[in-house]
Amino acid sequence: MKTTVSAEVVVLLAGLLFALGIVGVIIRKNIIFMLLSVEIMLNASGLAFVAAGSRWGQPDGQVMFVFILAMAAAEVSIGLALILQIYHQHKSLDIDNLKEMNG
Amino acid sequence: MEIAFYIAGTVALVATLMVITRHNPVHALLYLNVSLLAHAMLFYLLGASFAALLEIIIYAGAIMVLFIFVVMLLNLGKETAEQERKWLKPKVWMGPTVLAAVLFAEFLALVLSSGQDVYSPAVVSPRELAVALYHEYLIGVELAAMLLMAAVVGAAHIGRHKKLVLHRFLQEEKEKEEEKHEEAVL
Repeated sequence: MKTTVSAEVVVLLAGLLFALGIVGVIIRKNIIFMLLSVEIMLNASGLAFVAAGSRWGQPDGQVMFVFILAMAAAEVSIGLALILQIYHQHKSLDIDNLKEMNG
Repeated sequence: MEIAFYIAGTVALVATLMVITRHNPVHALLYLNVSLLAHAMLFYLLGASFAALLEIIIYAGAIMVLFIFVVMLLNLGKETAEQERKWLKPKVWMGPTVLAAVLFAEFLALVLSSGQDVYSPAVVSPRELAVALYHEYLIGVELAAMLLMAAVVGAAHIGRHKKLVLHRFLQEEKEKEEEKHEEAVL
């Protein structure tokens, strides 16, 4: 089972997924969907790293993917805790409700 | 086997597109799960079997369960979907989508101008990965451990509920208890 792929197709796929993630972050007002879109972007960058690692036969790409995974887990746990707190305070997940933070 | 790669890539793209357009959070989560499984397939075809395994176990298994738990806790259902439908108008999403498409077109032009590069992916075994992880990247592993520790403590702290005092008598009682506790400590 020998697969041949062209490097630019993989990179374009990762770029397209990343662009979809960006669009998701920008067009959504619900915080949960924004967090989901951030996950999509992290995955897309992980795909690019793994593809680069497989291109040169080095394990570094997968090492970076493991680090991305650890960071995503940390980010999701903090983000979901924040979402729970925001929902308890505002009774809504609308990102516009947070403007009273005056940031 | 290139056809498997293209099929998995198409599934990932379509599922991701569905994630960012669904109104119901649970539907979006299920589509994201499919997208992650397609990613795992892509990783496997790229010769990164251990990354594929991690993708399924940690992403599709653990992180998605966290999301689903939060959606269940917040009781997001029909009302949220209705609200999303109201928010997601073409007037809202047209501008950002076009701009993101422009950026992607630039990226496309850059990648395509670099010429063809067809290769057969080298299989990187979990053994090589472990050797690299625990020799060259040992400091990174320790930093990741500290990051996860900080995340656990932070999530426990942020997610803590302040106890709601329903009546002032209860509050006084609580203060007295605290005083007693302090005396006992002293």
